[in-house]
Amino acid sequence: MPDLLIELFSEEIPARMQAKAADDLRRRVTDGLVEAGLTYAHAGAFAGPRRLTLALEGVLAASPATREERKGPRVDAPEKALEGFLRSTGLTKDQLEARDDKKGQVWFAVIEKEGRPAADIVAEVLEETVRNFPWPKSMRWGDGSLRWVRPLHAILCILTDEAETQVVPVEIDGIRAGDTTRGHRFMAPEPFAVTGFDDYAARLKRARVMLSAEERQDAIRNEAQTLAFASGLEVVEDAGLLAEVAGLVEWPVVLMGEIGEEFLDLPPEVLQTSMKEHQKFFSVRDARRSGQIVRFITVANRETDDDGATILAGNQKVLAARLSDAKFFWENDQRIAAGARMQPWIDSLSDVTFHARLGSQADRVGRIAALARELAPTVGADADAAEQAARIAKADLSSEMVGEFPELQGLMGRYYATTAGFPDDVAAACEDHYRPLGPSDAVPTAPVSVAVALADKLDTLAGFWAIDEKPTGSKDPFALRRAALGVIRLLLENGVRLSLTDSFNNVLGAHEMEQLAARGDGAEAATDAINIAERVGPKVADLLAFFHDRLKVYLRDRGIRHDVIDACLAMEGSDDLALLVKRAEALAGIRQTEDGENLIQGFKRANNILRQAEDGVVEYSFGAEPKFFETDAERTLFDALSGAEKTIAPRMQAEDFGGAMQAMAALRSPIDAFFETVQVNTDSDIIRRNRLNLLGQIRAVTGQVADLSRLEG
Amino acid sequence: MADTPTSFQEIILRLQGYWARQGCALMQPYDMEVGAGTFHPATTLRALGPRPWAAAYVQPSRRPTDGRYGDNPNRLQHYYQFQVLMKPSPPDFQQLYLGSLEAIGIDMAHHDIRFVEDDWESPTLGAWGLGWEVWCDGMEVSQFTYFQQVGGHDCKPVSGELTYGLERLAMYVLGIDHVMDMPFNAPDAPAPLSYGDVFRQTEREYSRWNFDVADTDVLLQHFRDAEAECARILEAQAEDPKTGQRIVMAHPAYDQCIKASHLFNLLDARGVISVTERQAYIGRVRTLAKACADAYLQTEQGGWTDSAA
Repeated sequence: MPDLLIELFSEEIPARMQAKAADDLRRRVTDGLVEAGLTYAHAGAFAGPRRLTLALEGVLAASPATREERKGPRVDAPEKALEGFLRSTGLTKDQLEARDDKKGQVWFAVIEKEGRPAADIVAEVLEETVRNFPWPKSMRWGDGSLRWVRPLHAILCILTDEAETQVVPVEIDGIRAGDTTRGHRFMAPEPFAVTGFDDYAARLKRARVMLSAEERQDAIRNEAQTLAFASGLEVVEDAGLLAEVAGLVEWPVVLMGEIGEEFLDLPPEVLQTSMKEHQKFFSVRDARRSGQIVRFITVANRETDDDGATILAGNQKVLAARLSDAKFFWENDQRIAAGARMQPWIDSLSDVTFHARLGSQADRVGRIAALARELAPTVGADADAAEQAARIAKADLSSEMVGEFPELQGLMGRYYATTAGFPDDVAAACEDHYRPLGPSDAVPTAPVSVAVALADKLDTLAGFWAIDEKPTGSKDPFALRRAALGVIRLLLENGVRLSLTDSFNNVLGAHEMEQLAARGDGAEAATDAINIAERVGPKVADLLAFFHDRLKVYLRDRGIRHDVIDACLAMEGSDDLALLVKRAEALAGIRQTEDGENLIQGFKRANNILRQAEDGVVEYSFGAEPKFFETDAERTLFDALSGAEKTIAPRMQAEDFGGAMQAMAALRSPIDAFFETVQVNTDSDIIRRNRLNLLGQIRAVTGQVADLSRLEG
Repeated sequence: MADTPTSFQEIILRLQGYWARQGCALMQPYDMEVGAGTFHPATTLRALGPRPWAAAYVQPSRRPTDGRYGDNPNRLQHYYQFQVLMKPSPPDFQQLYLGSLEAIGIDMAHHDIRFVEDDWESPTLGAWGLGWEVWCDGMEVSQFTYFQQVGGHDCKPVSGELTYGLERLAMYVLGIDHVMDMPFNAPDAPAPLSYGDVFRQTEREYSRWNFDVADTDVLLQHFRDAEAECARILEAQAEDPKTGQRIVMAHPAYDQCIKASHLFNLLDARGVISVTERQAYIGRVRTLAKACADAYLQTEQGGWTDSAA
């Protein structure tokens, strides 16, 4: 069985697109072949700067012949029916066979398809694949109409078996497939022919091309570590950068260079960011100098007879120019931080628009500062410190360094706040109030940082709710879901007890006032606080529902089912997420136990009977009268309920929901015994009502942590 | 090639000679203030329509916000770009480009040349293309773009565009650390001139004017005037009542678009345009650029014919 080798040779493919392109090539070609009946044993796909390669082993030499019989209309059926059958089969009447069937003669079509040679099928599938390739962005070139990620220059497409190598006859937009490729752009540019994949890979390597991205990555990683290690240093790992750099070179040559001594006191993050963003350099640190970054590693695409000396000198020079800029920014910024305590930056935030309808960054800082102050006691922070931190937290946005490297926002704020002499917890909040940046990022725990982080996110959410820019479907341009998740994690992981409704009322109210002021009727509205409350009411409810949805997603990932959360949401104080989650955890925990599950069933049984009896009119919530009990089961249950309530009440008081639920679960056997032996409905109305009131007690006692009727199953 | 140039102007001369040998028409700079070589009608307008075109030229370019009073080793508010446009883009355009680097003394055997993804977009021109920034030993030496759209129109055929930042490239080739120290003419000339001798004073003068002195009210008025004049020109009937000929005035209109674009840059440098207004201004210039592109396609150069009409 032959092997198939395909190479699509083009101008430089963006590094970030290469891996997916190799995968798409493999998937599209193999799907097409298999659909046409051409199976294969093994597929391997490769991508590099100038080529996508697919190698298939053990491809069928031809697709198998097929024979299909199809039953048509009866021979005496109307002409219309026969026409339809002929159309669907593509045959003529004289090609049909009339066969005997139970009800008379019926037309049969026998459709035989011969197998097709692999080359024909490959040619079709490859053309289809190239013309419809799912590049994230594609282009035309010259006067052609073909689209590819960059100009496509050549196609290699061969089928190889023991006997021969056959070029697959395919031509796409004037590019005729052949059996030749080229090596490294500079080190081995001459074309050469290949006979199969092994030959191809070996010749490419001689022509200074490493075909596989993994091989290039490994080579870079190993060589970089070796170079660093030899100088007693270590490479700062960066998987994303490694993948990118491996997509920029066909023949990686790793070089290590010096960073000028005058730049070494720049913050390590600045060095690393500047080198990575501008130069795609790896950072090399010195563990003996507390991890200070002291050298860089660059990856060139060629060997030279001066062992990279010219290349390294050039790179060093470019780096020096870049770092001179960074140093210039750093020194200017430090002057403003030290001399004016960042005040000019804070002032200039009023010139920076946050959002056209939400005012300037300065407006925003004002709101966050007020909110952080208010939240401070709740999170155990000093109110003055929280407000101060909020007032300076965004200052670095106006600094030169953050202007150049936006990704350093926050971090630079911390450096500059420290320089300006702010207390450590205030400086830390400059960096940490952006956190958590994603689901895996740590949540700040220092009280001042927590206050500002909460205020920042709550203001953002309330602001966009105020102007009706909520996330819809997959669209969340302002990352509001992430902000909400951040608030949830800040509250839960720090055990912060906060009424979200109160906070939303507060912040949305402030936004609503600003919106009204912007429209010019502020004075009037300001005098009418009730008016504002009415306006924000529905928005507060909507935002709380949004939070509850995000909380469900968050807890689902932690194994707590949505119906458990619904059961807890039905209780008082569900806008206090920490309280809500305490309930949910207790309920989810008790549900795992047999007693717990039985208790829930008992509750439901009681609840169902009550609901039927109550029918929305009467209520059986007055407690049972012992004197009307007729059985021991009733008396035992009554005593158990009263006894349990004595245990449960203090636990509920202490918000020990797990303990409370345990005490409830202990009621399982008297409840079960009651249902087993007692018939609620009797002829005596008094006894019936008394028993219903006893059921009402079950419901009241066991429904204190959550509304168990909302549980499924 | 050990044949290294010795001055800024020699690099320009070599690039011109090289691209002339590749069949490009050597154009002269456009006689207006522009932000980049792309604005020259020899690129923007010629990239439109079906007719083949090949041109190379130096374009003095102005970016008022980059002014540093001549102190910064790399940043200038007035600098030179070398621009090549070939339509349709030749199949060996990359190879031709590498040849131009050889021509100015960059020996491929010792340097690391890389094509790093960089998609080009000009929001003010309504134009975009795909290509790379070309790195030599980690430094960006050129922008390499296959134009896909200009003024909102698909480019058919596609033009290949090269932009060389001349100062930076020359500093690298000549081994100079501060732009002002770079030899402008031959170092052994009777009056050897450095880049600083030619431009230090003007950098200072323009930096001051750009940042602090330019009258923003006047600039705003000029912007509005250019915008209005552009629209007025394009509103004129195609038929010229005086000569009786069909004369669509795409180029005079485009001049007004160029003016508006530069005035916007000046206003930006004066710091009077807020973040939100920025987008609105860019949108206004783009509207002009699109209208000019539409008009150009109604001219003979743009592919208009009697029969097509």
